[in-house]
Amino acid sequence: MAVNTPAPNDTVSTDRIEKRVVLRASRTRVWRALTNAAEFGTWFRVKLEGAFAAGRPIRGRMAIPGYEHVTLELLVERIDPERYFAYRWHPYAVAPGVDYSAEPTTLVEFTLEDTEGGTALTIVESGFDRIPLTRRAEAFRMNDNGWTGQIKHLAKYVE
Amino acid sequence: MSSKRGAAALQPPPAPPDAVPPFAAGPLSITRLSEGTGVTRQAITRHLHALGRVGLVRHARRGRERVWDLNRKRLEKAKQYLDHIAAQWDDAAERLRAFVEDKRGEQR
Repeated sequence: MAVNTPAPNDTVSTDRIEKRVVLRASRTRVWRALTNAAEFGTWFRVKLEGAFAAGRPIRGRMAIPGYEHVTLELLVERIDPERYFAYRWHPYAVAPGVDYSAEPTTLVEFTLEDTEGGTALTIVESGFDRIPLTRRAEAFRMNDNGWTGQIKHLAKYVE
Repeated sequence: MSSKRGAAALQPPPAPPDAVPPFAAGPLSITRLSEGTGVTRQAITRHLHALGRVGLVRHARRGRERVWDLNRKRLEKAKQYLDHIAAQWDDAAERLRAFVEDKRGEQR
């Protein structure tokens, strides 16, 4: 019995998520979609009030059906024009009536690079190891009921 | 294996708060858990109780000693949380793609 063989997952970081996509659009176009609060809100589906500014919080209601009760708050960390944009937030903070403000945040970073045919965007969210396990388990329970359905719902919008 | 070492070097250092003791071979007593670790029994007890409070480990009696084991189901769920958030980012990235690549993406 191979009880001592660690699963491949054991060597994968539990602290960060990293995504890299190549978008067929100019860096200027992608930058605007990320850092103009109204444009960000359009694809992210949140009605942000105000503009992104380094060191400043920005809030807004989620515009995803079923999640309208959720107010997102992002704290902008850094804006390096057309290259790097980062904010902190509370990941999956969607439980009604829960005050997440005293809990650790994760850092979300968007990095842009020119690449053949468009712009390479890297999205990194890190700091999950500081999120209480109880919170992760709760979020998953909510996911069970809500998120799977939401993804299907959202797929319709994108098509 | 050297490739394993290379991969390990690329990983960020493991975070202490969620460190899970090695239960691969099944339930263990605190004495066994502390062997060769240089960590005190007290410290291990404290970690086990913290993990127990969130349901990640549980204990049982085996003869005269108390043994601890992982609640693998719960641990799996904690891992799946990250998978779900990763799926949300996939989804958000695709909406962003639709938005910047296609004029119709700007409709709403």
